[in-house]
Amino acid sequence: MAGASSQSGMKAALTLTTQRFASSLLTLLLVSVTIFVIAQLLPGDAAQEALGQSATAEQIAALRHEMGLDRPAYVRYADWLGGMVSGNPGQSMVANMPVAEVIAERLPNSLLLAALTALVAVPVALAIGIGSAMNRGGRIDRALNIATLSMVAVPEFLVATIAVLIFSVKLRWLPSIALVSDDMTWGEYLPGVAMPILTLSVVVIAQMARMTRAAVIDQMDRPYVEMAVLKGVAPVQVVLKHIMPNAIAPIVNAMALSLSYLLGGAVIVETIFNYPGLASLMVNAVTSRDMPLLQACAMIFCAAYLLLMLIADVTAILANPRLRAQ
Amino acid sequence: MSDRPHVEVQGLVVTARNPAGETFPIVSGIDFALKRGEVLALIGESGSGKTTIALTLLGHARPGATIAGGSIRVGDAELTKLDRGALAQLRGNRIAYIAQSAASAFNPSRTIMDQVVEPAMIHRLMSRAAAERKAVDLFRALALPFPDTIGARYPHQLSGGQLQRLMAAMALITDPELVILDEPTTALDVTTQIEVLRAFKAVVLERGATAIYVSHDLAVVAQMADQIVVLNHGRIREAGAAAQILHAPADDYTRTLMAAARPAIRPIPAKADLPAAAPLLEIRNVTAGYGKIGKDGLPRVPVLRDINLTIERGGTLGVIGESGSGKSTIARVIAGLLPPASGQVLLDGEPLPPGLDGRSREQFRRIQLVFQNADTALNPAHSVGQILARPLAFYAGLKGNAAHLRVLELLDLIRLPASLIDRNIGGLSGGQKQRVNLARALAADPQIILCDEVTSALDTVVGAAILELMAELRRELGIATMFISHDISTVRAICDDILVLYSGTMVETGPRSAFATAPFHPYTDLLIGSVPEMRAGWLEESHAGAAPPPIGAAGDHPDLCRFLPRCAARVDGLCNITPPPRHGLDKGSAGASRILCHHGDESLIPL
Repeated sequence: MAGASSQSGMKAALTLTTQRFASSLLTLLLVSVTIFVIAQLLPGDAAQEALGQSATAEQIAALRHEMGLDRPAYVRYADWLGGMVSGNPGQSMVANMPVAEVIAERLPNSLLLAALTALVAVPVALAIGIGSAMNRGGRIDRALNIATLSMVAVPEFLVATIAVLIFSVKLRWLPSIALVSDDMTWGEYLPGVAMPILTLSVVVIAQMARMTRAAVIDQMDRPYVEMAVLKGVAPVQVVLKHIMPNAIAPIVNAMALSLSYLLGGAVIVETIFNYPGLASLMVNAVTSRDMPLLQACAMIFCAAYLLLMLIADVTAILANPRLRAQ
Repeated sequence: MSDRPHVEVQGLVVTARNPAGETFPIVSGIDFALKRGEVLALIGESGSGKTTIALTLLGHARPGATIAGGSIRVGDAELTKLDRGALAQLRGNRIAYIAQSAASAFNPSRTIMDQVVEPAMIHRLMSRAAAERKAVDLFRALALPFPDTIGARYPHQLSGGQLQRLMAAMALITDPELVILDEPTTALDVTTQIEVLRAFKAVVLERGATAIYVSHDLAVVAQMADQIVVLNHGRIREAGAAAQILHAPADDYTRTLMAAARPAIRPIPAKADLPAAAPLLEIRNVTAGYGKIGKDGLPRVPVLRDINLTIERGGTLGVIGESGSGKSTIARVIAGLLPPASGQVLLDGEPLPPGLDGRSREQFRRIQLVFQNADTALNPAHSVGQILARPLAFYAGLKGNAAHLRVLELLDLIRLPASLIDRNIGGLSGGQKQRVNLARALAADPQIILCDEVTSALDTVVGAAILELMAELRRELGIATMFISHDISTVRAICDDILVLYSGTMVETGPRSAFATAPFHPYTDLLIGSVPEMRAGWLEESHAGAAPPPIGAAGDHPDLCRFLPRCAARVDGLCNITPPPRHGLDKGSAGASRILCHHGDESLIPL
C-alpha cells in the first residue's frame, strides 16, 4: 500500500512537472512574439541601416527584397523562430558575423560569472538567514539585519567603486579590470573575477538572506516545531530536519528570483570591470540597433529566467508531499 | 523512597513580559504531587494556565514566558536546575508530550514513521529497525488501521483521530516514566474521541506511566484521572481526588464549570397558532457539492444529497453531525454562497435564486449567517461601532445619530456595555467577540439567522452564556434560528427540531422530544452514546463505538446506506444490497422521528 502510494505520488509529481515545463515553453513562445513585435515597432530596419542615409528608396527596396524583409511579418517571425530553435538566430549587423558566434564568445563568460557568484552567495545567504532566524530578536539577529539592510540599500556601482578603491588602489591585491581570454588558467582567471563576484554577491546575498530568514521564522511558531523541541531535538537539527523541508519551497523561489538577476542584471558590474559578458553585449546591441543580436540576447535572458523559475517550482512540488501525492 | 511522590511541583511561578517590559505572573503558587502510575488532570478554561503548567513539567516555557520560581521534580531530576542540554536529554525520553492538535503537531513534510521513531533515534536508545518494529507494535496496540504500512504515510493522508493515536505511539516509543497529554481529544469529533480515549486508556495508562492530563472537559477527565486540579487565572481553585471533585465540589468555580458542562434544557416557547401559511424557510430536495455537475446530476464532489427541511417562523432547527458531514454546507446553500446542483430553497414560500447574483438586498437582509470563528469573521482593524453600523447603513440606510442609537440598542441587546462602542475588535475577549458577531447579524433585522458552530471555539462557561443570550433573543425578537453543531447535548437543550446528518444524507429528523428516548437511528445512537458522562467507569461501560458485526461486500447501488461501514446494527444480505427506506419511528408518546434505515422500532430498541 505504501509502495503503491509513493509510486502514484511520483507519477503525480511527474505530471505536475510536465505541466509546469509545458507552460514555461508556452511563456517563452509568447515572449518571442513580444520581442519580435517590439523589434518591428522600432523605426528603421536592417536594409536602411546597411545602406545608410544616402540610399535611394529603390536601393532600399531592392535590398529589402534580397534580405526577405518585404515578406509578411508572420513569415519573417516563423523564419526567425525557426532560426532560433535550430541555433541560427541570424546575422549580427554591427559585427558582421553570425549572431550565434558573437553570443558563443560571451555566453560562457556570463554563465561562469553567474555560477561562481551563486556558489559563493547561496551558502552565505543560507547561513546568514538561518543564523539570524535562530537568534530571532537577539543581538546577532539585529546585527545581521542591519548588515543585510544596508547591503540592499547600497547601489552596486558604489560597492564596485569602493571595492576597486580598497583592493586595487590601496592594497593592490586585485586587478581593477577583469581580463578574460580562452587560454587562461583558473589561477589567472579567479583574481580577475574576484571583485565582480564580490559586488554581485553583496546584492543577491542580502535579498536571499532576508527571504530565508522570513521563510524560516514563518515556520518557527508552528506547533510541530514546539513538538520537535519537546522531543529533545537539538536546535540546529530542529531547523535542518524539521523546518527546512517546509521552508525550502519559498527559499528556493526567492533564490531563483535573485539569481536570475545575475545574467541580465550584471550589466553595471560588467561595465565597471570591463568584463566581456552577455549583458554589456545586449546594451551595445541596443545602442547600435543590432536587432537580431538584441532579440537573441533577450530570448536567452528570458529562457534563463524561466528555467530558474521552473527549477524553483519543481523543487516546491518535490518538497511538498501534498503536491507530490495528489 | 517508595512513599516519595514520583512527580512533585511546589510553589511554581511562571511569568511573562508585557509589551511595556514589566513581568507579571501568569501562573503562581502551584503545588501538586503524584505517585508513580497516577494520572493527574489539570482542568480549567482557556487562559487558566493549564497548558503552561503542563509544559513546565518538560522544563519548557513558551516564547515570552519564563519559569521564575518553585521546584519541579520528576523522579530524581529537579527540572528547574537543569541546563538546555540536560533538559533535551529528558524530553522525548523519560518525559513525553502529546500535543493538542496532532494534525498540526506532526511535521507535514516528513513521514509518520520518521517522526514516531525520532525520539528513540536522537536519544540513541535503539537501532532504527528495532524502533520501527516497536512502533508497529504500538500502532497495533492503539488499534490503528494497516499498522504495518501506516508509517509510510504523510500526516495529510490521515484523519485527526488516527494522528492523535500516532502521537501517542511517538510518545511511548521510549517507554517514558511521565506522559504529558495536552487536550489530546479536544479537536476531535465525539465519536472519534471515544475511540482515542479507549486507546489512550488501554495503552498509555496501563503501561504504568505517570500522566498529566490537561483538559477543559470534566466528563473526559472523569474517565482518565485519579486526581483533579481545578485552575482559574493561573491559580489552583480546588485540588483533590477525582471522585471528590466530581461528586462533591467544594469550590464555587468548580460548580460553575460543572453546571456549564450540562446545558439546561430550555422550554420551547409557545407558538402563536398562525394559519397554515408557508413555513419561513423550506429546502426541497437539495443536492449540492463542489466541482462540475456530471451526467448523473451530481457534482464531482457531492456533499449534500436530497436534503429536505423546514423552519417555522421563530422556530429553531438543530443540525448535527461529525466534521465533514456537510452541516456547514447547508448554511452555505441557504445563504447563496454555494448554489445547489438541484433542488430549491424557499423563503416565505418564494423560491430564492440559487446563487448570490440573483438575490435582492432585501433577500440578503432576511437571512443572516453567523460564522463559527468571530476572530476571523470580524475585521480586526474596525471598532465595534463600525462593525455594527455597516449593516445598518447597508440594509436600512441608517446614518449619523439614528445609526448610533441603533448600535447602542444592539449592544444592549447582546448585554455588552455601551462603553465598548469605540473598542477595537482585537481588544475584546472571545465571548465578547462572539456577541458582536451575533449583533452584526441582528443589525440587519433578519427573519432567520444561520449559526455555524457559534459556541464551539468558546470555553464551556462562555459558550453557555452565549446560548443563554440566544434563547433570550429568540424570546424577545422571534427570530428563527438554524443551529449547526457537532454537540448533541447542546442541540437537544435549545432546539425545537433536530436533523442528524451523516455524510451529506439526513439519517434522522424529528422534534427534540424524539431524541430523548430510544429507539434512535444507529448513527444517532452512536452520537448520543459517545458523549462522555461525568462519572468514572462510563468509558468502560459505554457500548458506543463497538466493532460492527461482520458483513459481506457491499453492492454497487448508489443509494445504499452510507453509515454501513460503521453501523453496529447492520444486517448482512439486506443493508449491503438494498437501499434503506425513509420511514417513521413511533417511539410511543415521546413524539415521532423519521429515519433512513431498514430497522423499525422493535429491532432498534435492543441497541
